[in-house]
Amino acid sequence: MTRVFTLTIDDREATGREDETILQVARDHGITIPRLCQLDGLSNIGACRLCVVEVRGVPKLLPACTTFINEGMEVYTNSERLQKYRRTIIEMLFAEGNHICSVCVANGHCELQSMAIQLGVDHISLPYFYPKRTVDASHERYALDRNRCILCTRCVRVCAEIEGAHTWDLMARGSQTTVITDLHQPWGTSESCTSCGKCVQVCPTGALFEKGNAVGEMTKHNSFLKTLAEMRENDK
Amino acid sequence: MGQTIVIDPVTRIEGHAKITIQLNDHGEVADAHFHVTQVRGFEKFVEGRPFHEMPSLMARICGICPVSHLIASAKACDKLLAVHVPPEAKNLRRILNLAQITQSHALSFFYLSSPDLLLGMDSDPAQRNVFGVAQQHPQLARDGVRLRQIGQQIIEMLGRKRIHPAWVVPGGVSEPLTAEKREAMLAMIPEGIEIARRTLGWYRSVLDLYAEEISAFSSIRTLFMGLVGEDDQLEMYDGSLRIMDADRHIIADGLKGDDYAEYINETVEPHTYLKSPYYKPMGYPDGVYRVGPLARLNLVNTCGTPLADEELLFFRTLDTQSSFHYHYARLIEILYCLEKIDQLLHTPDILSDRVRAHAQPNAYEGIGVAEAPRGTLMHHYKIDRDGLITYANLIIATGHNNFAMDRGVKEVAKRFVRGASLQEGMLNRVEALIRTFDPCLSCSTHAVGQMPLQIQLLDPAGGIVEEIKR
Repeated sequence: MTRVFTLTIDDREATGREDETILQVARDHGITIPRLCQLDGLSNIGACRLCVVEVRGVPKLLPACTTFINEGMEVYTNSERLQKYRRTIIEMLFAEGNHICSVCVANGHCELQSMAIQLGVDHISLPYFYPKRTVDASHERYALDRNRCILCTRCVRVCAEIEGAHTWDLMARGSQTTVITDLHQPWGTSESCTSCGKCVQVCPTGALFEKGNAVGEMTKHNSFLKTLAEMRENDK
Repeated sequence: MGQTIVIDPVTRIEGHAKITIQLNDHGEVADAHFHVTQVRGFEKFVEGRPFHEMPSLMARICGICPVSHLIASAKACDKLLAVHVPPEAKNLRRILNLAQITQSHALSFFYLSSPDLLLGMDSDPAQRNVFGVAQQHPQLARDGVRLRQIGQQIIEMLGRKRIHPAWVVPGGVSEPLTAEKREAMLAMIPEGIEIARRTLGWYRSVLDLYAEEISAFSSIRTLFMGLVGEDDQLEMYDGSLRIMDADRHIIADGLKGDDYAEYINETVEPHTYLKSPYYKPMGYPDGVYRVGPLARLNLVNTCGTPLADEELLFFRTLDTQSSFHYHYARLIEILYCLEKIDQLLHTPDILSDRVRAHAQPNAYEGIGVAEAPRGTLMHHYKIDRDGLITYANLIIATGHNNFAMDRGVKEVAKRFVRGASLQEGMLNRVEALIRTFDPCLSCSTHAVGQMPLQIQLLDPAGGIVEEIKR
């Protein structure tokens, strides 16, 4: 039998099931914790670290998307320290890639951009890397611009977990890490890709987009994900 | 021993430039050059980008005339799609382009050149700016601000942004015009026309004061090039290219923008980063031509709008080889643009929602040509089979005028600059020649940064004797 825990989040009383994460319980109680890699309907991996929270008695910060609640937990989601860390994470994402909003297909519809605005990141204090990254436009309908990829792996997860194709994966390590299709071959030559476009719709930035869109025209529609996940849950 | 005068930076122009004037042992001008001192690299760094980004990417070349680059770039991309852009979308793009020309011309005339014309070439340089104009002739300054505003507001209503609107896309425009916006635009036109006519009246009244400059600025005689529409009328968006000699004889007509490489070549001069294009069959420098308002009005038979055509009658009585008359041509074009916008907004299908053609890339090469405020603008792209840019070549209006500016500087310096008794007003006349062309140097070098102007006075050995920096 699933236990129900009582805890406090930002000094407000909250309850949730033992199999729920801090992120879920907080949201159920009207508290929004910033996140970029997490998306309802996909597994949680705690990659972006934007959702880190403070838990009393725990010396390190914990990602709210992968930390389950516990009885008597005291969680703080929005301290000055957390705000500073989150802004720094956003700055690092911008500095690590080549994000030129003004000429991006996702300008105005980008989760990285709106998160930066929400968190008050109005300039980047870190030196830019200006990495040399490639664009893969070999697919007939979609394109990948690695300059805008923040390695959230939503594309990898949706392809493996929902579509079941597992076309996408990661290659290399550290700042060299990159998303690849199949065995690191041009997307257009991938045999596993079903061209379903789920990866494009869940991508939080303009890294994956539909061809033919001009600047600012790529709006993402990922509500299908929740519906699909619920339907599959009902089938079980 | 001779000297060299350096004007660095040249002021009241768009971008960075310097002028050097070489004097001989008697203090007379031996030579002079116009140098554009920067390089930006747009043609190179767009390689590898998806072509659908190009209009917005290329618009970043300039904050004054982003619309011109949007238009030429989108036209090149239309060719890559190999589609027919819906006529309503073409007309909407036309309106945007005309609004752009209106606001840019207003900036050039009122903000940058009217201080010379109102206050005089020899007036105190501390006063010789738009604030000095506002003090002496508040109406003129207000008119300039308002005209720019009208142009900018039309751009904003169509494209949602005054600068760098993303509304012009390969295949057309991203959304149709609403009836409400159409009415709001139409409501502004009469005031704009009234301002343009008032300014033309004032300009004609001061023209006689500048007889010497008009004559000095005519010493460089060149060919003219620009787009000409059907019925020999002024055309800023489509049409074919015409080339005319200094005596207004047509030497080439019906030239297609797509074939530009067959009749235009570019040469490089050691003293400047700006290339000099010329008409191939006549070679360099005989084939050098000018573009822009003066060229356009010389090339066409009529403007095609009633008020502008009235003004054109007087314009035809002048020595329209003189670059000084760029100013006059610019004012006539403002009038034309406003009248034309009014005409286009009254076309029956202007509110149509069929404003975009969709396709995958169907051609590997595309060339887009349109008239920008400063003259003919050419964008040429090649893509690979995935639609990524492999080659880009831009020929910018100011580039076409490079030779005429460079040689004009020498002639004007010879006429006005006396090394023995050097006065600021002499050098200002040299700068004023450059201002008639309204050069946009950040565009023409596709370069980064601000662009003031400098003048250097060099001795025969090349040492700097005097330098004016702003």
